Amino acid sequence: MITTLDVKPDLAKAQNAAAGASKFCPGCGHGMILKTLAKTIDELELNERAVFGCDIGCSLLSWNYMNLDTVQTHHGRTTPVIYGVTRANPGTVGIAYMGDGGGLAIGAQHLVNAATRSENLLVIVANNTNYGMTGGQMSPTTMPGQKTETTPYGRDCEVTGRPAKAAELVASIADPNKSYVARASVSNLRKLNTVFKKALKNVADGGYSFVEVLSVCPLNWRTNNEGTWERLKTMEECFEVKEFLVKEGLE
Amino acid sequence: MVKKLITQDTRMFLTGNEVIAYAANAAEAEFMYGYPITPQNEIMHTWCKLLPKTEAGFLQTEDEISAGFSTIGGILAGKRAFTATAGPGNVIMQDAQSMAEMMRIPFVCAVMQRGGPSTATVIYAQQETRLTCFGGNGEGFRIVYSTAGHQDLYDYMIKSFNTAWKYRFPTFMLADGYQGKMREPVTLYDPKSRGITMEPTPAALRAPGVIGVDREATHLRNTFNLEEELMEQLDKYQIDYDKMSKEVEEYLEYKAEDAEVLIIAHGIVARSAMTAVDELRAKGIKAGLFRPITIRPLPVEPMRKAVKRAKQVLFTESANGQLAQMCLEKLYGLTTPYQTLFKMGVGVTGDDIVAKVETMVQEMANV
Ligand SMILES: Cc1ncc(C[n+]2csc(CCOP(=O)(O)OP(=O)(O)O)c2C)c(N)n1
Ligand code: SF4
Ligand SMILES: [Mg+2]
Repeated sequence: MITTLDVKPDLAKAQNAAAGASKFCPGCGHGMILKTLAKTIDELELNERAVFGCDIGCSLLSWNYMNLDTVQTHHGRTTPVIYGVTRANPGTVGIAYMGDGGGLAIGAQHLVNAATRSENLLVIVANNTNYGMTGGQMSPTTMPGQKTETTPYGRDCEVTGRPAKAAELVASIADPNKSYVARASVSNLRKLNTVFKKALKNVADGGYSFVEVLSVCPLNWRTNNEGTWERLKTMEECFEVKEFLVKEGLE
Repeated sequence: MVKKLITQDTRMFLTGNEVIAYAANAAEAEFMYGYPITPQNEIMHTWCKLLPKTEAGFLQTEDEISAGFSTIGGILAGKRAFTATAGPGNVIMQDAQSMAEMMRIPFVCAVMQRGGPSTATVIYAQQETRLTCFGGNGEGFRIVYSTAGHQDLYDYMIKSFNTAWKYRFPTFMLADGYQGKMREPVTLYDPKSRGITMEPTPAALRAPGVIGVDREATHLRNTFNLEEELMEQLDKYQIDYDKMSKEVEEYLEYKAEDAEVLIIAHGIVARSAMTAVDELRAKGIKAGLFRPITIRPLPVEPMRKAVKRAKQVLFTESANGQLAQMCLEKLYGLTTPYQTLFKMGVGVTGDDIVAKVETMVQEMANV
């Protein structure tokens, strides 16, 4: 006799079940990050206080991913929309979710200034080392030698500069008494959960948090599972995975 | 709740920028986001100086891009929020303004025009007329009031909030640095005393109720998958816009009833035109003024009637015909000849207009 297990999909309360099938490519990092984020929001019971903002880039595909009030904005502009919300409605746990292009190229002035002022929000940059949505061009975080559509022979740092280090940059300017800054990776979602927990707790207490998550884009990388994993390991050598700034007393 | 400073009619001698800050407070505006640019700075200066009394909010952002987008954030949070800008700031704020257009966000902005293109001059022009009406990659689903003095600044700043929140089209009060910087007597009043109730400002994000129990989560977006989906949405907006236009359109006629020469001007140039009309009439020339107050949407029907009645029309602006272009399209089919007096980025005086109309009377226009 065959018995089937009645297993329901493991959805967090902060995930929108009605959104249907994932809009991301199979194997994409965005889904892993968002699912972990949703789970952390559940754990901290922030569902009623959270407002989620997504950028243009593949992050836009999350416009109805969360079972949270959500606003999808313009490319690079998620940070000001969300700090606009939290300034106007303090107590809101604002989350600005974007890619490396949105965070470090077109929206860099918001990244820098929100960090300097240590605005009350969590900024998440999903770093997949390229412009995913527009077809895989070089982004500020493309690694030395990495092939993209606009660096078909590999990124030449002599010509295009060195990859941007978001977490290091933010940690050097954010207010140490208000901030939590870390880099995590989709290679370890349990650790990402811990990082998000601290980041969200800090924001819920009125602080500023920044989390860069090393992510994967198998579509534009043209990698299979093994290749994707290998690339992620290379990224972890290039971009140090650790906490850069932890406000005293934050656990 | 913010504290209102003006509880009874108060006569004051203020700069226009100060008037705007007082008006925003009278309208119970709760938050201003902004980035410094001349000639609008004193709006935020005044707003900040009044903060201990008003208990409102202010954020100086890193640029006008963020001023625009954080204003949107404040509005989505359910606050009567606004911003102010000018010139190059107005240019880079188009990004946020077009998002407000697409998502029907009750965005309110005071535009204090300065010279252009580029950095140009810092005090005066009417060269942001087209930009404010039609900027962004859209169709100009916006409402633009063009003011002609300090009482207007007070009245229309208050009105802008209500128009924006009632119809949910981004609403602009278009003025200039002359109006912003000069001092005039003005009557400040509590809108209530004029029978004006402020429209409610419900929050789009974090509205009352528990998600999944009392209400569904809100998912706001400005991206569409299909061309047809977008068109369907915009067709609806157009219907709303046309319906709103009839209720919102405003204009002022000054001795236009029997005018043989009809001057069409907006903003502060319309004030010069009023002096010119009086002078010309004293000289026996039947001049009159048609001043659109809403320059988007334009009061098309009354303007067509006034133009049809006149023998000649004069368009005059501190720009190279930005308003004229918008009007001429709406005057299609009429045959009244017109002439122009355009001074790019420079004020138009009553004398300029008198001299021009005198030549027009001697030598009839044939365009
Ligand atoms: C002002 C503006 N410029 C360019 C674009 C086109 N664009 C859309 S997504 C994108 C890049 C996205 O890359 P990233 O932010 O890294 O996100 P990813 O797709 O990789 O997750 C660009 C350039 C745009 N939408 N708006
Ligand atoms: S293009 Fe890359 S980042 Fe975008 S959904 Fe596909 S795998 Fe993910
Ligand atoms: Mg990317």
